Amino acid sequence: MKQAEIDQQTTCYHCGNDCADEHIEQDEKVFCCNGCREVYSILSQNGLCSYYAYNEHPGVSQEKAAKRFNYLKEPSIISELIDYSDEKFTIVTFYIPDIHCSSCIWLLEHLNKINPAIYNTRVDFLRKQVNIRYDTQLITLYEVVGLLDKIGYEPLISLQDVVKKQALDKKDNLVKKIAVAGFCFGNVMLLSFPEYLGISVYEQSFRQFFGWLNLAFCLPVLFYSSTGYFKSAWTNLKNKVLNIDFPLALGIAVLFVRTAIEILTRTGPGFADTLCGLVFFLSVGKFVQRKTYYHLSFERDYRSFFPVAVQLIEDETERPVPLSDIQVGQRIMIRNNEIIPADAILLKGDARVDFSFVTGESVPVNKILGEVVYAGGRQTGEAIELEVVKPVSQSYLTSLWNNEAFTRPQENKTKTFSEKVSKYFTIALLIIAFGSFFIWFPFDLPRAISAFTAVLIIACPCALALSTPFTMSAALSIFDKNFFYLKNTTVVEQLAHIDTIVLDKTGTITISGDTAVSAYITATDTEKQMIYSVCANSTHPLSRLICQYLNNYIKLNINSYYEVPGRGITADIGGHFIKVGSAKFIDTIQLEATSAQKTEVHISIDEKYIGYFSIQQHYRDGIKSVQSLSSGYRLYLLSGDHGHEREALSSVFSMEDMYFERTPQEKLDFIKQLQQNGHKVMMIGDGLNDAGALKQSDLGIAITDNVNNFSPGSDAILDGRSLKKLPIFLKFSKDALRVVYISFCISLTYNVVGLSYAVSGKLSPLIAAILMPLSTFTIISFTSLATHLAAKKRKLI
Amino acid sequence: MSIIYFLIGCSVLLALVFLGAFFWAQRNGQHDDLYTPSVRILLDDEPEETDPKK
Repeated sequence: MKQAEIDQQTTCYHCGNDCADEHIEQDEKVFCCNGCREVYSILSQNGLCSYYAYNEHPGVSQEKAAKRFNYLKEPSIISELIDYSDEKFTIVTFYIPDIHCSSCIWLLEHLNKINPAIYNTRVDFLRKQVNIRYDTQLITLYEVVGLLDKIGYEPLISLQDVVKKQALDKKDNLVKKIAVAGFCFGNVMLLSFPEYLGISVYEQSFRQFFGWLNLAFCLPVLFYSSTGYFKSAWTNLKNKVLNIDFPLALGIAVLFVRTAIEILTRTGPGFADTLCGLVFFLSVGKFVQRKTYYHLSFERDYRSFFPVAVQLIEDETERPVPLSDIQVGQRIMIRNNEIIPADAILLKGDARVDFSFVTGESVPVNKILGEVVYAGGRQTGEAIELEVVKPVSQSYLTSLWNNEAFTRPQENKTKTFSEKVSKYFTIALLIIAFGSFFIWFPFDLPRAISAFTAVLIIACPCALALSTPFTMSAALSIFDKNFFYLKNTTVVEQLAHIDTIVLDKTGTITISGDTAVSAYITATDTEKQMIYSVCANSTHPLSRLICQYLNNYIKLNINSYYEVPGRGITADIGGHFIKVGSAKFIDTIQLEATSAQKTEVHISIDEKYIGYFSIQQHYRDGIKSVQSLSSGYRLYLLSGDHGHEREALSSVFSMEDMYFERTPQEKLDFIKQLQQNGHKVMMIGDGLNDAGALKQSDLGIAITDNVNNFSPGSDAILDGRSLKKLPIFLKFSKDALRVVYISFCISLTYNVVGLSYAVSGKLSPLIAAILMPLSTFTIISFTSLATHLAAKKRKLI
Repeated sequence: MSIIYFLIGCSVLLALVFLGAFFWAQRNGQHDDLYTPSVRILLDDEPEETDPKK
């Protein structure tokens, strides 16, 4: 009990964060920051405190920079965002990444209590979407978003509305096709049972009746549910490709024709049950293969990273304009934490731009007036004014998207196993079918036709077509549990074929913005001020870090200044001679051996050794397991950052496989080079600068600390916490492929058994009706069991 | 045994009704969000007047 009380006192009532020494109190409740307290007071004023009853600390910390939504007053932007609007009401859908618990659903669906002008709200939890209907006359979009932001649910508004686009892609009626096929399959099974058990001689009229009904049920299956197979087989045939859909479509067609003839000529019961079952199982397999991650998007490009609108300065006044309307020569205003949307010249203000996401450079860069600032950087500090020199789509960074890697159609980069096999399978199938036809042809024409059709029916590769989807989708859900999200099932197979791994540095193996500087110096305040002044003069990243660490000193005048690239700085301040640099550079004292994992900057003033700053990059936990991959894979480091961590990383990568200061285009070309040498390349990156390389590689993995945040377009998204499991993931993907091979052998065995009946021309419908579901059932249970066993062995579940 | 004709007709008709119901639900978007309703049903309605004690 006591423990709970203490807990209550030290953690924020709203968000559950640890409250620092200074906390804010209201209504005997403790808050970590003003933002959290404000959210609470809004909720309590409106009688919405049940929010806190459903979950403990349901809020999200409000300690973040204030956002500006001014652009939501622009009619042209509004009309792009809303779903529907008339004089009475407007409907809009927002993506809110912070939705995470039942309290969120409750609160967002009670927005009406805070502002009655909002008629109703509907939350889609998995998609993290909220659909809002509000009164057009009483409240504006700007106010709605402001309200959401005020209660701690800031919508993520981006130019590229990925979520809505995803919803459009899904309309191919697969579910309806399954429903129709399932409906017909069930009814046909029912009507076929009397035939299996035998119908007595004086009930022959029923046989006729059931036959007609069966045929009727086959029609919607053939003309509605299985159309996809015929279309796909036809397009592939036109492109001179034999894929698995061809024998499937052939099987379906032959099944129907033979069923129709047998029933119409009253010569037999036909294969209606097999036909419906086949189409039903195949469609289910297709459905299983289609995994959707509602909250993830693999197709993002720079547009979802950039803001929706920018503040344009015209005639001394500011107004927001949509990003696409920005023209060369216009002046724009960028505030703290905003992203520079186009290449521009700095006109006014102190620009300290964080390019970590764009170039991989880990430290903010100072820009001087008149210098070109490239798009994609994030301004930290005061507001700056810029003049646009290139349109958004032609800027340094965004021009990467004009590369052919982005424009060529996204085909499967490597042929999947089932694609490779199905070609030979189809050829063998046709040879057997025609072979058995010509063997019987001289003696018995009806029997030859019956053998020919029987082969096509029995060898229809249903189980084969199902083995890959079921195995891979089981593998996908296992990866999913380990925070590794693959775009689709073919990615698993590509993962198994990789032989080269290329990693980005900043944000991928280091955690961006998390560098620890610790000082081991004995210096007076004036000496610290001198060190600060020297470092402030330098643009070297380490100097910047030291400046950040020492923080608020007044810069002193420097009499002379000399920087030896890669070694250090000498400077003279008020007669004092200061040296800042590597241990070798300051040779006044003998230093003990330093560890390789750290970067150190040593200081001496007037030839007297003061001490050193130790700068430690935080590497992800996974760095050790990445190291272990070097035995089976070729590892490369490809960074946009400077090479000052080369030493520290030499334990993971070999010296000649580390490349620094690479531009986004060079990264893409590097991957292409490797591929031309016959390597299967996996690229792991996080920033926009990796986008080209991710796209070009055989398998691009975007690594992120928060899957709801922006990540560049890729084949897979990996949560930073799971980087350490990467070697296991790679092994497991090989296991999954092995399961596919084995299940392929099993289904082939069934086919061979069935064929031995078929070639003789004496295929009874009962055998076909038993063999098909039996093989399907075996494959489904084998693949899911084997995949889960493999995952258990690898300790993934 | 001619009752069989009638019974089968009934069963097929009933099955068609269910298929139609499924189609209707699909078109109406009832399968769009399969998770949130399961949470929503557990959330209580607010009492009409706010609790005076507290």
